[in-house]
Amino acid sequence: MLDMTPKEIVKRKALRVNPAKTCQPVGAMYAALGVHRCMPHSHGSQGCCSYHRTFLARHFKEPAIATTSSFSEGACVFGGGSNLKKAVKNIFDIYNPDIIAVHTTCLSETIGDDLNTLIQELEIPEGKLVIHTNTPSYVGSHINGFANMMTGFIKYLSEKSAVDNGKIGIFPGFVNPGDMHELKRIAKLIGAKYIMFPDTDGTMNAPLTGHYEMYPKGGTTINEIRQLGGARHVLALGEITSAAPALEIKRKCDVDSTMLPLPMGIEATDSFVMALSHLSKKEVPAEIEEERGQLLDIMVDSHAYYGDKRVAIAGDPDTVLGLASFCLELGMKPKYMITGTPDQKFTQKAKEKLLKYGVIDCIAKANTDLFELHQLMKNESVDLLIGGTHCKYIARAEDVPFVRAGFPILDRYVHSYMPLVGYRGAMRMAELISNALLDRQDRDAADKDFELVM
Amino acid sequence: MDGREAVLDKYSGRVFKNRKDHIVQLDEAGVSKQIAANSRSVPGLMINRGCCYAGCKGVVLGPLRDIVLITHGPIGCGYYTWGTRRNKADAPDGRNFIQYSFSTDMQETDIVFGGMKKLHQAIKEAVEIFHPKAVMICSTCPIGLIGDDINAVASEAEKEFGITCIAYSCEGYKGVSQSAGHHIANNGLMKRVIGSAKDEVKEKAFRINILGEYNIGGDGWEQERLLKKIGYEVVAVLTGDGSYEALTHAHTANLNLVQCHRSINYIAEMMKTKYNIDWIKVNFIGIDETIRTLRELAEYFNDEELKKRTEEVIAEELDEIAEERAFYQSKLEGKTAGVFVGGSRSHHYQNVLKDFGVKTVIAGYEFAHRDDYEGREVIPDIKLDADSKNIETITVQPDEQLYHVALDKERFNELRKNNIELEYYKGMFKDMGDGTITVDDFNHYETEKILEIFKPDIFYSGIKDKYMIQKKGVPSNQLHSYDYSGPYACFKGAITFARNTYLSIYTPAWKMLTPPWRTQSTLEGTIGDENYA
Repeated sequence: MLDMTPKEIVKRKALRVNPAKTCQPVGAMYAALGVHRCMPHSHGSQGCCSYHRTFLARHFKEPAIATTSSFSEGACVFGGGSNLKKAVKNIFDIYNPDIIAVHTTCLSETIGDDLNTLIQELEIPEGKLVIHTNTPSYVGSHINGFANMMTGFIKYLSEKSAVDNGKIGIFPGFVNPGDMHELKRIAKLIGAKYIMFPDTDGTMNAPLTGHYEMYPKGGTTINEIRQLGGARHVLALGEITSAAPALEIKRKCDVDSTMLPLPMGIEATDSFVMALSHLSKKEVPAEIEEERGQLLDIMVDSHAYYGDKRVAIAGDPDTVLGLASFCLELGMKPKYMITGTPDQKFTQKAKEKLLKYGVIDCIAKANTDLFELHQLMKNESVDLLIGGTHCKYIARAEDVPFVRAGFPILDRYVHSYMPLVGYRGAMRMAELISNALLDRQDRDAADKDFELVM
Repeated sequence: MDGREAVLDKYSGRVFKNRKDHIVQLDEAGVSKQIAANSRSVPGLMINRGCCYAGCKGVVLGPLRDIVLITHGPIGCGYYTWGTRRNKADAPDGRNFIQYSFSTDMQETDIVFGGMKKLHQAIKEAVEIFHPKAVMICSTCPIGLIGDDINAVASEAEKEFGITCIAYSCEGYKGVSQSAGHHIANNGLMKRVIGSAKDEVKEKAFRINILGEYNIGGDGWEQERLLKKIGYEVVAVLTGDGSYEALTHAHTANLNLVQCHRSINYIAEMMKTKYNIDWIKVNFIGIDETIRTLRELAEYFNDEELKKRTEEVIAEELDEIAEERAFYQSKLEGKTAGVFVGGSRSHHYQNVLKDFGVKTVIAGYEFAHRDDYEGREVIPDIKLDADSKNIETITVQPDEQLYHVALDKERFNELRKNNIELEYYKGMFKDMGDGTITVDDFNHYETEKILEIFKPDIFYSGIKDKYMIQKKGVPSNQLHSYDYSGPYACFKGAITFARNTYLSIYTPAWKMLTPPWRTQSTLEGTIGDENYA
């Protein structure tokens, strides 16, 4: 497995091997799928749209709708305006969404299609909307694409309001529908009025009924995005993912926001709960306190299996930070924290976190790839690897227990329904991590040491 | 309104005008009908097509296991083609690059100032770290636009590092689908790789290449097992579990077997011209089709011992699957299916369905050309449009040293007369029955309509529409990637395919779609207020 990976680490300047990120448009598509009755539209050649739909379908095991401008060589020369015009007409005719969310690709970016102007020139049916965002694939990663699409919606739709509508905007970050569901459950328990944006709970985990709904129940409504402009406050979760849209809602509608880490583990969830309680002026209900206590109970009961274990974590920046946060709370020692997204805030945040727990020998790196992680692990291995499906090759090559978490998970089911956020999400993480470690202990045990109880 | 009209009904004038020629209702099997194919998709329609890069890197070159294949462009394209087509590879020497994804991960500055230096540096790093036999480069959309001369970088790298380095200009916007990319990949392989070992041809051995077999789920391995059992020697597989090394010797085969006609007929044709290797259209999907194919091969080589061995192996393999075959047939007989995949599979799989008594009522291709539907006889009538003309066509000359005599003309004609598919592909239409519908470049809306009108018992497609189909209550299996199952090829593969089909149709969950409270009352009530009485 990965036999061609040498132990010796050579500095690379140009060659990316086994990336830990992908391109902006797929993130934009995912964000748009979290808006009710929205058709994501990819302005470029067909392949991008196909790849992105495929990837989202594979991760969520759900239909991922999206259309394309189908550029051919002619459009590259003459610009994609005519393709967009035809596309928008056909989309409203055939698929009848309320809104089309256009994102660009590296092709339409490179030829310089001016989407602002192109959209103004469109004939848009009464009551329907077309918005856009720029998502050049050669800048940032899918995380930036997700943030840019949110920013695009806010730019076009959010309306500044003189009166505070009492709602708390929650930007959930690049997480699964199950996570968004959990965040809403917590808000509901507290009794906070909220607008979750985007919200793929309901759209990317729709029930099987025998009737296909192109636009299932769920997703942030256009009206809610408008109302974000009059929100009391925004909680921007995932400081790297949600910073740009938080800035935009402040700039456009003067709505203040608080940046919080993804609520993974005790401390980060505490912050989220406190913020919701503070903003909604509602007390934290007993039920939440009970969940928190149950989580602590689990952590104490099972602590012996985590203590001092070295863990490597790979994935999207906020997710890695969140997972690391919980691992530290469990008493584990992150050894490697890597993300492909090029944002130096990641290393800074990681360092702060590690310092707090006195972990000094962790390598935290942004803008790197899984090949480098693997080489690092060849030089100094770990007890556990946490990351998306692509990491399973490294886990096998180095015979390290593996927990799947983050994006993408292509080879397992159910993950997108199950949260990693909140106290409940942390319970599940504790279960996944301890099971992986105990399964390994059992696997490695000799028959005479193979025991029933612990 | 017939099925075809019902599908087209919702379209506005312009879209109707475009789509009507892509949807054909066959009224009489065997009667030739014309279909519009290999033309631009309508912008805004939710289609299943990929791009030129997908065809070149993703399909044809991707499965080569002993080369470093660098995607020159932003990160996405390389990322999405990383391990996602399930073309399995097994490198006996451990030199397997299939688990890797290489890219130049172009950044904004590279787009502005050009990416040639970065590409050169990336090749240098790849050579230093991995020591591959060859480096290949596939370009993505922005590369063509900014004008990076990837061929120049490749030839410079060849000299500097002493390895083979081949560049493919397969920018996503070229052509109308991934089909353009197959063509570009094949041209490159033909120009630079196939035959480059220059070794002499061995006469009279049963040496074959399998073309257009990408070893999805291990299909190619199952074919090789069967063919070797009979006594064939497989020189190269293009390109499932393929290697650069094996390809350099591909010219030494005596016959080319063409599995996926769409993706590889170019190479078959060119190898015929250059080395005089005959090609035969084969199909290892389906029990009867595998038998037909094996018999035709034996007939081609016309060797009594080989013919005898072929019959023995067929009998042996049939015997092994007899019991399971009967079981699945008893479960599947009379069911109907829709088969919508890329190229060739939509035809091939109708045959294995037929083996188990399943009738295909609707079928379609994602990126086929007219000959894939109507047969190769229509090739002279196909009008090239601008998008196709933009794809390079190369002409090859007979190789003076390596051209070898295969069949004499008389025998060739005799075989053709016996309906052996020598250098011929009959296309999908001729195998489809009355009233069936074929859709070219099918889209989301049409798929939905088709499901409603034809109500098939099972629908075979890809991941993009699989979940939509299932949400409508119709079981759907993937035929691009086999839902992580396979192999589906040959005798044993047919059983695996039938088992998956059976499991999909009969999964108990389908019977539970309606919750019991929808049909039975849970509330016990009284009329009015009891106290009142």
